[in-house]
Amino acid sequence: MPKLNMVQAVTLALEEQMTADESVVVLGEDVGVDGGVFRATEGLLEKFGEQRVIDTPLAESGIVGASIGMAMAGLKPVAEMQFSGFSYLSIPQLEGHASRMRARSMGQFTVPMVLRMPYGGGVRALEHHSESREVLYAHNPGLKVVIPSGPRNTRALLAAAIQDPDPVIFMEPKRSYRAFKEEVPADPETMEIGKCQVVQEGTDITVVAWGAMMHTTKKAVKQIEKERGISIELIDVLTISPLDSDTICESVRKTGRCAIIQEAARSFGPASEIIACINDKSLLYLEAPVQRVTGYDVVTPYFNRELDYMPTVGRISRGIIEAIDF
Amino acid sequence: MPKTKLCDFSISYMQVLDENGVVDTDLEPSLSKEQLVELYRHMQWGRITDERMLKLQRQGRIGTFGPSIGQEAAHCASMFCMRDDDWFVGCFREHGARLMRGESLVKQLNYFNGYTEGNIGGNPRNLPISVIVGAQSLHAVGLAYASKLKGEDSVAIVYQGDGATSQGDFHEALNFASVWNVPVIFLVQNNQWAISVPREKQTKSKSIAQKAIAYEMHGIQVDGNDPLAVYAATAEAAERARNGEGPTLIEAVTYRMMMHTTADDQYKYRTKEEEDSWKPKDPLIRFKKYMEDKGFWDNKAEEKLQAELKADCDAQVKEFESQPDFPRDVSFEHVFGTEHAVISEQKVEFDQELEEENDA
Ligand SMILES: Cc1ncc(C[n+]2csc(CCOP(=O)(O)OP(=O)(O)O)c2C)c(N)n1
Ligand SMILES: [Mg+2]
Repeated sequence: MPKLNMVQAVTLALEEQMTADESVVVLGEDVGVDGGVFRATEGLLEKFGEQRVIDTPLAESGIVGASIGMAMAGLKPVAEMQFSGFSYLSIPQLEGHASRMRARSMGQFTVPMVLRMPYGGGVRALEHHSESREVLYAHNPGLKVVIPSGPRNTRALLAAAIQDPDPVIFMEPKRSYRAFKEEVPADPETMEIGKCQVVQEGTDITVVAWGAMMHTTKKAVKQIEKERGISIELIDVLTISPLDSDTICESVRKTGRCAIIQEAARSFGPASEIIACINDKSLLYLEAPVQRVTGYDVVTPYFNRELDYMPTVGRISRGIIEAIDF
Repeated sequence: MPKTKLCDFSISYMQVLDENGVVDTDLEPSLSKEQLVELYRHMQWGRITDERMLKLQRQGRIGTFGPSIGQEAAHCASMFCMRDDDWFVGCFREHGARLMRGESLVKQLNYFNGYTEGNIGGNPRNLPISVIVGAQSLHAVGLAYASKLKGEDSVAIVYQGDGATSQGDFHEALNFASVWNVPVIFLVQNNQWAISVPREKQTKSKSIAQKAIAYEMHGIQVDGNDPLAVYAATAEAAERARNGEGPTLIEAVTYRMMMHTTADDQYKYRTKEEEDSWKPKDPLIRFKKYMEDKGFWDNKAEEKLQAELKADCDAQVKEFESQPDFPRDVSFEHVFGTEHAVISEQKVEFDQELEEENDA
């Protein structure tokens, strides 16, 4: 298999799942003829036809509401939000229906749909094109929130999301879309939703990140390991909700220290939840307060200031070192 | 029992000045020479600055933006009917109209260079650019309600595209406006495309104007590349609104001559031939011919205007590029109108981090 970037990995997963299962349909704004504004659905229309690759009218609530209906009738819709910043128009459908149809009908109706959306900053775009609001969805019981970090796990997790029996919000870090390539296996593979991945084992500190921050954090980790001669355990969260706190807490029990890197605004974010879990399960093993390096609690600034507000390699390194030197 | 006819509907289309310069004198609005020249100037200013912004974007001097080229009649001629105390609610494809509202090119460049500073200044009754498609339609209804409640005779005009008419917010706005009978004008610039989605895939309706019928409000379709038709329809709508006779939906049929935004490749979904077929309908060509036929305009006047506008454009680009840097920590200032420790603590931290980055 050639090396793929993350956009190509999305396309590959969609193509494989649509080929394997006729009930999978793709819908959204500009996903057909245009192949999506990021080209993630490129070629699907030609391959699967306009019954299964649907250019919808411009209405996010419509896209999600209709997907819920399709899913209840046995289809597996994979809907695209052009940017996560526009997905909020569909929250009434997600919160009010997708997340609770299973509970409401005691399992008679389920909503096996995927809502893909590029999210996150750093691409010099207009307002609403840069936010990280995973917590809006993670705080909804009944919605799963998955955030891949590279081409290989993108392809595997998207496949798993499509096969999942419940609604999955699949947030794609757009900053990483074309940032790097990775070898993916020739045959389709899946990864379990609801599991973190220890991407590098270590003994001195646990560093936790997800999405585009994974890439930046890896650079910081390498740098610190080299400068300090220490061993860092690095965890990729992958599923924000339901959170696999066991993997994280077990690691913290081993290392005694932890730093969490979050692109999103600080308050009430996933980092806060992870710290709460560590408090529940590993508090007495800690040798230093858990550090979090995050965005700030401000309205996401326009692109000329945006990088100042996102965790950089420098900020991440300082956070990790603070936990180490405590 | 036989079915009986409940209601009958019709919707009209208006063109005053056709693409060959032929005028329907019955419908021709009475605009003075000075007014016509002024409107033409606004349309040219929109076009010239748009073209410059495209160049600046290609050179990496500003970020992504969507040109309004070809749609100047639809947004400038409608704005030309509005007063300073009217509300202007835009999205992002009425560049020329925004500039007519006391907004400088420098400000627009700041906005598209990723600075919120580009949102402030200009007429205090201008709302900032609304990127969320369709949402602003409802804001206009609220503004119009306030005008009515305060006993003002000001009107809100809101611009949106054909794609926006698919949003629930747009329909809610029409419904609220009609139920509340408020002074608002919904100006839909139907430029045939919403990124790659053609008008026929956006709605099955024969026109967008006819959506007004369902909400029991005035609706009309006009040739959106005909400044006189746009002006006439908007002037009538504004008068109705000021007289307490409620909202109007105007569909201005036009064409997006360029890519959706500078990040888009329009030839992925439409042909060069289609674009070329709209070139003879260019509102500027048509309007210029109209003024020439009236004896108001000639090549000399055109050259002078072009030179003036280009010089102004150059000067403003220069000003834009020689501005001092904007402060980096400004985002903390505008989260709330009240002080909160969580924000002020983070601002201190932010400034320290910036210093560390600078030292590194
Ligand atoms: C709620 C929302 N969804 C999607 C987008 C992305 N988007 C920006 S412009 C656009 C098409 C708009 O089409 P139309 O309303 O016809 O206006 P035009 O761009 O043609 O002027 C889309 C899909 C957005 N800005 N807001
Ligand atoms: Mg349009």
